[in-house]
Amino acid sequence: MTIGNEWAIAVDGLNKHFGDKHVVNNLSLRVRPGEIFGFLGPNGSGKTTSIRLMCGLLTPDSGSGSCLGYDIVREAEQIKRNVGYMTQKFSYWDDLTIRENLDFVARMYEMPDRSAVVARALDELGLASRAGQLAGSLSGGWKQRLALAACMLHQPRLLLLDEPTAGVDPTARRDFWAELHRLAAKGISVLVSTHYMDEAERCHKLAYIAYGSLLAQGTAGEIVAAAGLATVCVRGSGLGSVAEQLERHPAVSQTVVFGDTLHVSGRDLPALQHAVGVELAGRGLGIEVIPTGLEDVFIHLMKQARDNFAGADA
Amino acid sequence: MSGWSWTRWWGIVLKEFRQLRRDRVSFAMVIGVPIIQMVLFGYAINSDPRHLPTAVIVHEPSEFTRSFVAAMQHSSYFDVLPALDSEALATAALDRGEVMFVLTVPPGFTRSLLRGERPDLLVEADATDPTATGMALSVLPELARQVALRELDGPWLKLRPADPPFGVIVHRRYNPEGITQYNIIPGLMGVVMSMTLVMMTGLAMTRERERGTMENLLATPVQPLEVITGKIVPYVLIGLVQATVILLGARGLFDVPFSGNLLAVYLAALLFIAASLAVGITLSSLARNQLQAVQLTIFYFLPNILLSGFMFPFRGMPEWAQRIGSILPLTHFNRLMRGILLKGNGWAEQWPHIWPQLLFTALVMLVAVLAYRKTLD
Repeated sequence: MTIGNEWAIAVDGLNKHFGDKHVVNNLSLRVRPGEIFGFLGPNGSGKTTSIRLMCGLLTPDSGSGSCLGYDIVREAEQIKRNVGYMTQKFSYWDDLTIRENLDFVARMYEMPDRSAVVARALDELGLASRAGQLAGSLSGGWKQRLALAACMLHQPRLLLLDEPTAGVDPTARRDFWAELHRLAAKGISVLVSTHYMDEAERCHKLAYIAYGSLLAQGTAGEIVAAAGLATVCVRGSGLGSVAEQLERHPAVSQTVVFGDTLHVSGRDLPALQHAVGVELAGRGLGIEVIPTGLEDVFIHLMKQARDNFAGADA
Repeated sequence: MSGWSWTRWWGIVLKEFRQLRRDRVSFAMVIGVPIIQMVLFGYAINSDPRHLPTAVIVHEPSEFTRSFVAAMQHSSYFDVLPALDSEALATAALDRGEVMFVLTVPPGFTRSLLRGERPDLLVEADATDPTATGMALSVLPELARQVALRELDGPWLKLRPADPPFGVIVHRRYNPEGITQYNIIPGLMGVVMSMTLVMMTGLAMTRERERGTMENLLATPVQPLEVITGKIVPYVLIGLVQATVILLGARGLFDVPFSGNLLAVYLAALLFIAASLAVGITLSSLARNQLQAVQLTIFYFLPNILLSGFMFPFRGMPEWAQRIGSILPLTHFNRLMRGILLKGNGWAEQWPHIWPQLLFTALVMLVAVLAYRKTLD
């Protein structure tokens, strides 16, 4: 239990194979109590599997760890009682009403004073007026609110949220994140996987995972600094062909088009500025040096991982 | 509008074959069902059952009675068991279904035969399933004639008239008019319940898995036995409703006699419901999706309907088929229903058909609990 006070999640060297696919490769993570920890990575990178390993829904092939101080292999029962897990796909019962779903969850956790607990949850999440509606008839945003209410019902100390905002509109997403920060302020730890950069920037700490391996970990600033990338922003039209042209230059490690701007990144700023200046001379394009963003870094990490993975495969 | 394309058509054919090859359960069904049907219909099912167990009570053995019993045995319809001491014992055996016929040779039969008084032999038959006993009963008069021809020789030749020198009185017990519905309707109760209950519970767990709600359930502290037994309960009620509907129909539409205790009928129904639900929930744990659950239900249902004695006489099947049939809960439930409704049996006679169902349920539930995966592995 001493670890439980220090870390909400502490796992070391987790491995999981499905057949001959190495889905999670030597994963080690530390999440502090009251921290919102963002879990990023491309589709199929092993985020969902990692989360399932941490809440005892899957058994690791090797490695060890604890959630809230409980061993993830031997004490899965205690973890289930103290962790709220929100699945990627809405997994409450479409053919039950909102109230019935919450009541069912409350019964599963043997909560005392059930009807009051359910009523409070409905109130807090603004679902009271829709309590009698079938869960299956809710829109994406409301389903997500219901799922959060349901996985918070037993007052877990740790939330594991697997892409909770996928397919949810921006307003609902903003409300959702405000709620997460309120929970974190109360001391609840949150591990949340996402594909959205704006969400990543709202996390206290981040981890980037690709092909089952953890590639970077730390605050947004730390991750950007660790990547050691310089970025030049090119503004103008016809950026598609410009990007292709720059991509071939040795000083350029990547180009990313954002509408009417092009981010060109490389390891060495002077070399990069020189390359861009020479290649784009006389084109009438605006060129300025900007701080490298999280998204540039993630794209860089993913590209690197893909190259490494292809290399290891060959 | 483009015309017929062989390339597209072949693409569809190829895709179907590929998908079929990966769908093991469907594939097994395509191959398995014809084999099962062929074996069962070809070897196991016999609508002209022979070697039916027969008890014989002979009050005064004589050359003639021995000859008649031997003739029954030789007809291959009757398997004469070692003589029973009393009529009470024979009747009890008939109640329990251990024998299908009781032949009683009344006192003074031989003497009165030789006097030319045309005495009668008494044959009591278990007529709950009229088709099972019909053929055997129909050969009895011919047997009597032949034995008379052979035995009444020499000095007794004068007793060999055109008419048989003795009669055979047949008592069709439990179902004197040989009404097929008396057998079919109580049997139908088991068939309906096993089909619907096995299939509905079969879907119960796979539905959770297919909709993704299983992951949610597994993330809660709920225990396997809680899930399994909890999912069963609503179907127990459904089963009881079905039983009631069929009982009402049996009484109201077909006048099936209710000789036994109605409470016993419901207890027997509960026992059978438990067995069926255990099967359903086990199939549910084994199947990966709802389609597979339905397919497995049909797999289970097929031998049940063919080997339980519902559709074809149980005693007509070869030994191995009877063994398989004796494992199935439907076989025992059918006998319980006939026993209670038609014979008015009590607990003592029913026990041999109760414990196999209890054992079956316990074993199948064990498989269900073991097959329930607590993780997503």
